[in-house]
Amino acid sequence: MGLNLIVLVKQVPDTQNITGEAMKEDGTVNRAALPAIFNPDDLHALEAALEVKETIPGTKVNVLTMGPPSAVQVLKDSLYRGADFTALISDRKFAGADTLATSYALKCAIEKIGAYDLVFCGRQAIDGDTAQVGPQTAEKLGINQITNVSMIESIDPKKKEVVARRSIEGGFEIVKSGFPVLVTINDEEYIPRPPSVIRMMTYKNASVEGNGGTYDESYMNSAQVKRNQDVISLWDIATINADVESCGLSGSPTKVKKIESVILKSEDIKMIENTGDAIAQMVHELIADHTLG
Amino acid sequence: MSSKNSVMVFIQQDDGIVSEVSVELISKARDLADKLKVKVAGVLIGDGVAKKCEDLYPYGVDEIFLVEDKRLAHYTPVPYTKIMVDIIKKQSPQIVLYGATTTGRDLGPRIASNLKVGLTADCTDLQIGDYKFKDSEYKDILYQIRPAFGGNIIATIVAPEKKPQMATVREGVMKVGTPNPGLKGKVTPVPFTFSDSDFPSEILKRLREEKLVDLKGAQVIVAGGIGVGSKENFKLIYDLAHTLGAEVGASRAAVDAGFISKDHQVGQTGTTVRPKLYIACGISGAIQHRAGMSESARIIAINTDAEAPIFQIAHYGIVGDLNDVIPKFIKAFKAKQ
Ligand SMILES: Cc1cc2nc3c(=O)[nH]c(=O)nc-3n(C[C@H](O)[C@H](O)[C@H](O)COP(=O)(O)OP(=O)(O)OC[C@H]3O[C@@H](n4cnc5c(N)ncnc54)[C@H](O)[C@@H]3O)c2cc1C
Ligand SMILES: Cc1cc2nc3c(=O)[nH]c(=O)nc-3n(C[C@H](O)[C@H](O)[C@H](O)COP(=O)(O)OP(=O)(O)OC[C@H]3O[C@@H](n4cnc5c(N)ncnc54)[C@H](O)[C@@H]3O)c2cc1C
Repeated sequence: MGLNLIVLVKQVPDTQNITGEAMKEDGTVNRAALPAIFNPDDLHALEAALEVKETIPGTKVNVLTMGPPSAVQVLKDSLYRGADFTALISDRKFAGADTLATSYALKCAIEKIGAYDLVFCGRQAIDGDTAQVGPQTAEKLGINQITNVSMIESIDPKKKEVVARRSIEGGFEIVKSGFPVLVTINDEEYIPRPPSVIRMMTYKNASVEGNGGTYDESYMNSAQVKRNQDVISLWDIATINADVESCGLSGSPTKVKKIESVILKSEDIKMIENTGDAIAQMVHELIADHTLG
Repeated sequence: MSSKNSVMVFIQQDDGIVSEVSVELISKARDLADKLKVKVAGVLIGDGVAKKCEDLYPYGVDEIFLVEDKRLAHYTPVPYTKIMVDIIKKQSPQIVLYGATTTGRDLGPRIASNLKVGLTADCTDLQIGDYKFKDSEYKDILYQIRPAFGGNIIATIVAPEKKPQMATVREGVMKVGTPNPGLKGKVTPVPFTFSDSDFPSEILKRLREEKLVDLKGAQVIVAGGIGVGSKENFKLIYDLAHTLGAEVGASRAAVDAGFISKDHQVGQTGTTVRPKLYIACGISGAIQHRAGMSESARIIAINTDAEAPIFQIAHYGIVGDLNDVIPKFIKAFKAKQ
């Protein structure tokens, strides 16, 4: 008897290389300025789900993402790695969502899937950096959660129980929970498998062509997506039965008031020559002003 | 005495010991509450922890709501959420603060989701100010200041329309106030009845080691990066630290390379430090590293690459091989003593 697993993944701007240009004046992110990637932790979450699928025959892995049309890239990538079904949750009305509105939309989408056993999230997305969406979604679904999981230790489909190892400050906890439960997976143990070449051949046309993996706010022709509905579905606000007021900006209590780029303060650096004398002089200064000694 | 409109702190305890970040938050809550002319409330959940309350009054908490039960000894999300939601609904605080710890980041979002209020993650500063939005003006709103985008930007977030305004706050960034033994508070035990379904998580095993490395308390930190080259060569870093009476820090790359254990890591995903002196040896100064040490009063950078970004925040820069510079440093310090 297989399990029904749901994995939540996010396409994120690659925050390793951000310039001031990446923010619009209204405080929203100009994602077009950054290359878009599969959120790193979410690859670990997908791997965790795929490993469960390998141990329990008949298990189905469903991958959901909420985002602009170009986010279909992470769904294709999930198919290449072994997902069975994917859905893009996309609607203009989702735009500007904070974590509360995001978790509400994800909850509605999960409920559309119907009965499920486990929900896998990444621990944290590298753009918003909040790690809030997982727990918020669990609360909205009324289910238990285990966060910051490094490893699923065991899973018992008959008893409907999972045992997970969770990292805490200075150590770990081994936690047991019944189904359904939401787990967030960190980057400590799971090594994401690469996309399978065979699956790439099978699914490479499984979606409309995006735009080379960069974010693009323009909306795709949904008719084109519908042709491949068996593996990638497009769900809008009506499909998932979501209340418009609880989505997007209107459903978001937090507002970005101000954004500042972090600027290196290169004030009065004193360059010290690499000689015994110069270093002794520096040490002398530091002792004199009570920094050392 | 009512805690309506108060600034409330979730007081985290681990194995019966109140976490340091909770004391930092009570100190900060006191500041905010004085500006807003309201009280500071705390919520302490656990088993046999009542006696801890006495230790917290001197930092400025007026009233602690206490919930005790055997099954609450260790944090699990479902019962803790239920308790916090109930207390928040009854007490109507205007602000609720949580440490941005594994526990706080597990609990805060569940409460926010239940109450349908905002939650700002991992704040490094909190201020009170006014906010104009469309035609509305909001007075005395909490400015929640946090890094995002991997530390590349600092965002000020507000949630003016709904109460409470909630935030998780990074450990080690708020200063602990000077305790005032004259300050008195009170404990209000809150009775709760639980059913088995309130405890869906069972902790089978729990292993936690008290930190042997005290980076936060250190006045001087000598930190090594990939430039140190090997685990064996970290001895040089230890030698300098030992000479100066300093603690040893490291970059994540040095930790990942196995040169040193993770509890030494400084930075966004390690410890945030603000010592009197931070000596960065063979560390390039990536934004995630700087996020944890740029508030140090003095920074010395030792690096072979004159273009390394660490020099842009350093007060003293030495371009050179650390294998050559550190022995000179040790010699110079010993000579001065
Ligand atoms: C500068 C800045 C600061 C922000 N600060 C806050 C803040 O303090 N509080 C707040 O409420 N919002 C904040 N936001 C908004 C927040 O980034 C968005 O709501 C975002 O959609 C989700 O949050 P996250 O990126 O932090 O994801 P996280 O909560 O870190 O994501 C955790 C996991 O949830 C899942 N997940 C997250 N998003 C999706 C998705 N769209 N589709 C599928 N799965 C998903 C993934 O598994 C992911 O690994 C901020 C945004 C910006 C630009
Ligand atoms: C999400 C995320 C979180 C992260 N969190 C953290 C964090 O908490 N802490 C952290 O530190 N990093 C963190 N990082 C990693 C960070 O981006 C950098 O990769 C890391 O800090 C680099 O470490 P380093 O400076 O030791 O190595 P490098 O960047 O490789 O720099 C090594 C430096 O040593 C110098 N050098 C080499 N040989 C010598 C010599 N003989 N003498 C003197 N100098 C020499 C080189 O010139 C170079 O500047 C994080 C990254 C991500 C993506």
